[in-house]
Amino acid sequence: MIQVRDVNKSFGVTPVLRDINVDVVSGSLTALLGPSGGGKSTLLRVIAGLETPDTGSVVISGVDATRMAPQKRNVGFVFQHYAAFKHLSVFRNVAFGLEIRKRPKTEIRKRVMELLELVHLESFAERYPSQLSGGQRQRMALARALAVEPQVLLLDEPFGALDAQVRKELRAWLRRLHDEVHVTTVFVTHDQEEAIEVADTIVVLAGGEVVQSGTPAEVYDNPANPFVMRFLGPVTELDGHLVRPHDLELFSAAEPGTVPATVARITRLGFEVRVELEVGGGEVWAQATRNTVDRLGLRPGDTVHVRPSEAAKPLALV
Amino acid sequence: MTATAVRGRARTRFPTGTALGLGSAVLYLSLIVLIPLAFVAWKSLEEGPGGFWASVTTPDAWAALTLTIGASILVALINLVMGTLIAWVLVRDRFPGKGVVDTLIDLPFALPTIVAGLVLLALYGPDSPLGVNLAYTRAGVVLALLFVTLPFVVRTVQPVLIELDQDMEQAAASLGASNLQTFRRIILPNLMPAMLSGMALAFTRSIAEFGSTVLISGNLPFKTQVAAVNIFSQIEGDNLSGAAAISTLLLIVALVALIAVDLLQRWGRHRG
Repeated sequence: MIQVRDVNKSFGVTPVLRDINVDVVSGSLTALLGPSGGGKSTLLRVIAGLETPDTGSVVISGVDATRMAPQKRNVGFVFQHYAAFKHLSVFRNVAFGLEIRKRPKTEIRKRVMELLELVHLESFAERYPSQLSGGQRQRMALARALAVEPQVLLLDEPFGALDAQVRKELRAWLRRLHDEVHVTTVFVTHDQEEAIEVADTIVVLAGGEVVQSGTPAEVYDNPANPFVMRFLGPVTELDGHLVRPHDLELFSAAEPGTVPATVARITRLGFEVRVELEVGGGEVWAQATRNTVDRLGLRPGDTVHVRPSEAAKPLALV
Repeated sequence: MTATAVRGRARTRFPTGTALGLGSAVLYLSLIVLIPLAFVAWKSLEEGPGGFWASVTTPDAWAALTLTIGASILVALINLVMGTLIAWVLVRDRFPGKGVVDTLIDLPFALPTIVAGLVLLALYGPDSPLGVNLAYTRAGVVLALLFVTLPFVVRTVQPVLIELDQDMEQAAASLGASNLQTFRRIILPNLMPAMLSGMALAFTRSIAEFGSTVLISGNLPFKTQVAAVNIFSQIEGDNLSGAAAISTLLLIVALVALIAVDLLQRWGRHRG
């Protein structure tokens, strides 16, 4: 359990964190999500002890860690650019924390090999970081952080430096890994898809403040404000409200609550079809399925009737 | 000629640009470095291996050589430590006047060495305003060599330190390493190749140094006369082959030092 209470932090005169309160439940996988410059990395570094907050406190497992050196916190940290020890083999990288703790050689060997197996690098033990791909380096960094059995695992944009394909694989893999080792994990990301897919709790940070926190479904479906709604997924504006394009229903005839619209453009993206509409001078787009579009026989220039579905929760723009 | 043979030949031929570059480099190196050095070595063997050995083991030559090599080892080691320290301060610490200090480091390179010797004699000689008289002592020789070789380690370590990923140090800290452990296990191994290169340069420069030592040492044979000065007195005494023999020995020592450092670096890379 991590409790962050009333944390403030400025770099010079620029406030980076303002009155931050965050609770991370034991065993959870929490994402700190937000645009760059929102303060999420700084918050993670405050939890790790790599930055000291100006005011407020950080409690880890019931112990006030606010002034505790990073060495004493028993926290595993994974950096965006891996921070691999270039001069040490993969084995020695992972063994580093255990060697510092002066564990017996046989124990170290056993533990490191277990971890390398966990991250699928068992056949790379004698390689050097420069001989690994980015994804492999990050898995090595993760094994290194896990080796000391940290109370908390902190990951700072762990997949940010990797290409899209590897990113996707590692996301799914991190989720599975967490299900296996159950260590309380906090990771920073600016990618809402990554946060929704991997985390069980999302904390949205913007402008140095916590804007909203909750499960991915809560944050996606009940965004606290237009900013969160826009940040977490696609939106379109209908009748002074923000609504998700996949929550718009299209009809050929007027129905209760519908407004008339003209089809401007239809883009087929496989099963998904993007229908661009003109409603009273404004532009709206709906995400429909191919079935719906074929059933209605939509063509550019047609008139349709559109309304948010019953399950939709449009957010008034004031 | 068969097609295979043609292709085989084409594969080993250098592209025009490379051939031109390589040719110029080899020609230049030959004219400036290899031919003069080969001439010195050849000259030293004019009177056969026995003559060579006799020249380097005359009491005064031998004393000058051992003093020079001993002092150079000491100087290389001191500047290894102090040069690394200065590079560290210049890269990692913030203080007013840092830019000035950074520029000062190169001055020993810029100053004519004889001027350096003159300054050192004024500061640490018989009329020392600091009350430290090192004139005509071996300590004075070491001081002069320390001065002229200071920039080597600083300038080889500095860029490596600038490029050193500080995330590594934070990662080590979060894994429980104390500052000292982080320095010893993470920083030092990453700096070591540059430190060794700088030390080798300082050493080889030291064994050949003439100008800065000539005034402060007083050139007392058997006491403070360094090898380069001994060579000079041999030349003045018209003993060219003797001068060449001592020079060749210095060259061999320098070569051995450079090769040793190279081997050490390779060994370090493999060991990790």
